[in-house]
Amino acid sequence: MSVARFWRKIPQRYNLVGTQCTTCGSYFFPPRTFCPECRRAGVIVEHRFKGTGEVVTHTVVRSASEQFEQMTPYVLAIVQLDEGPRVTGQVVCAPEEVKIGMRVKPVFRRISTDGESGVIYYGTKYIPDE
Amino acid sequence: MRPVAVIGAGCTTFGEKWNTSFRNLFVEAGMLALEDANLSGEQIDAMYVGNMSAGRFVEQEHIGALIADYSGLASHHIPSTRVEAACASGGLSFRQAVIAVASGMEDIVVAAGVEKMTDVATGASVDTLAGAADREWEGFAGATFPGLYAMIATNYTHRYGLTREQLAQVAVKNHFNGARNPIAQFQQEITIDTVMKSSLVADPLRLFDCSPITDGAAAVIVAPLDRAREFTDTPIKVIASAQASDTIALHDRRDISTLDATVAAGKRAFEMAKLTHKDIDMVEVHDCFTIAELCAIEDLGFCPKGQAGKLTAEGVTALDGDLPVNTSGGLKACGHPVGATGIKQVFEIVQQLRGEAGRRQIDGARIGMTHNVGGTGATVAVHILEV
Ligand SMILES: [Zn+2]
Repeated sequence: MSVARFWRKIPQRYNLVGTQCTTCGSYFFPPRTFCPECRRAGVIVEHRFKGTGEVVTHTVVRSASEQFEQMTPYVLAIVQLDEGPRVTGQVVCAPEEVKIGMRVKPVFRRISTDGESGVIYYGTKYIPDE
Repeated sequence: MRPVAVIGAGCTTFGEKWNTSFRNLFVEAGMLALEDANLSGEQIDAMYVGNMSAGRFVEQEHIGALIADYSGLASHHIPSTRVEAACASGGLSFRQAVIAVASGMEDIVVAAGVEKMTDVATGASVDTLAGAADREWEGFAGATFPGLYAMIATNYTHRYGLTREQLAQVAVKNHFNGARNPIAQFQQEITIDTVMKSSLVADPLRLFDCSPITDGAAAVIVAPLDRAREFTDTPIKVIASAQASDTIALHDRRDISTLDATVAAGKRAFEMAKLTHKDIDMVEVHDCFTIAELCAIEDLGFCPKGQAGKLTAEGVTALDGDLPVNTSGGLKACGHPVGATGIKQVFEIVQQLRGEAGRRQIDGARIGMTHNVGGTGATVAVHILEV
């Protein structure tokens, strides 16, 4: 991930800011600037997501790219946010703890680093919310 | 549109080819295809080259021109175009060649695919392959390509009660077929135990659930059907060519365990060929991971959702079953040089339809299908071929 590409997404990554199409009511995270349903008739506004949701599916990544290598094994999941959209993120819990249907809530965490002295990337991870 | 036929096909052996360069790989496959069609280079009107990521694997871009040049065709100035759709690059380059000939714009067209993946370390290739998914919203979170397919497997298992043994049987079958294919990267048979005892890559997928990192190239030559007999006694007709797309990110799919792009492309291909599933003698599907083969069989409509694991365990998809799947050994055992895979699938079906598949030969094969997926299902190409 390049530094520029990271900085321009900070509001979304730090605060789960996505969008909503007020024409049809659909929520989008990651944000979309174009509604697939309403097309040009869609009026898109910013929406800050609560970040709470439910695990739809999951895995434990044990072999990762260089950037994530020292964090393995880590739990990766697709979370369905309560507003509707789904997002891919890490769940901070033991590998055997994650389950489909598990409730999660967001936490602000370090996601990865570019080498030893490189940029540190922060963003949203999820923790169990019982 | 005019009818199109494959008049020649060639493929390198697949594997870790450290002594061969990217350009030599392609030239080898291209020469084999030209020899097969009894063609000389001057007769080629155009080329399409499927390649996912030479820019990252060998730090070379501008692949269309490079390939034409090292095929000895620079002075002919033919149009040569790179086609990229991640692991579906080969399938799409074949489709582009078919469209070019069907349209009447070109006559003799080479469709090729090539990838040299072992010139970088494993971590770097894992990261490059992750680019087939959504880099900003999947890759950023630590999603690897096996990780994404593993999440398909978890969701699928939860809903359809797939057993770990049924999943492993996909790899066992494909290694059995690969052991009968002289170009395959892995030519050893394995057992369910081999799969179950291999290391976990992304739960529940283990090392033997995953296709390998591979170097290889494949090329086929297409021509108008009414000219095909000038070059070969056994032209293979292309009776359907379909392509579909879907969301780039897995999390945005309508259904995590169904590849809607496969459903759409498969449906279009059957309509175009005016055929039903019973007419297909064998199919090469995109088994980058064992779970992907099960999804492919179902999403192409060969059986209801959730049934492919059972069919595989019962031997229906084996060489001697009712629907042989991945007679080449698939991506799993034959190897998966990403940009070349879609063309290798066509190469396998051409061999089968000509009765040249040796110990893998399906008796009386007349109609075969290929299914090539990019990413986790954001691009799919499906072709049907008939002898
Ligand atoms: Zn809308």
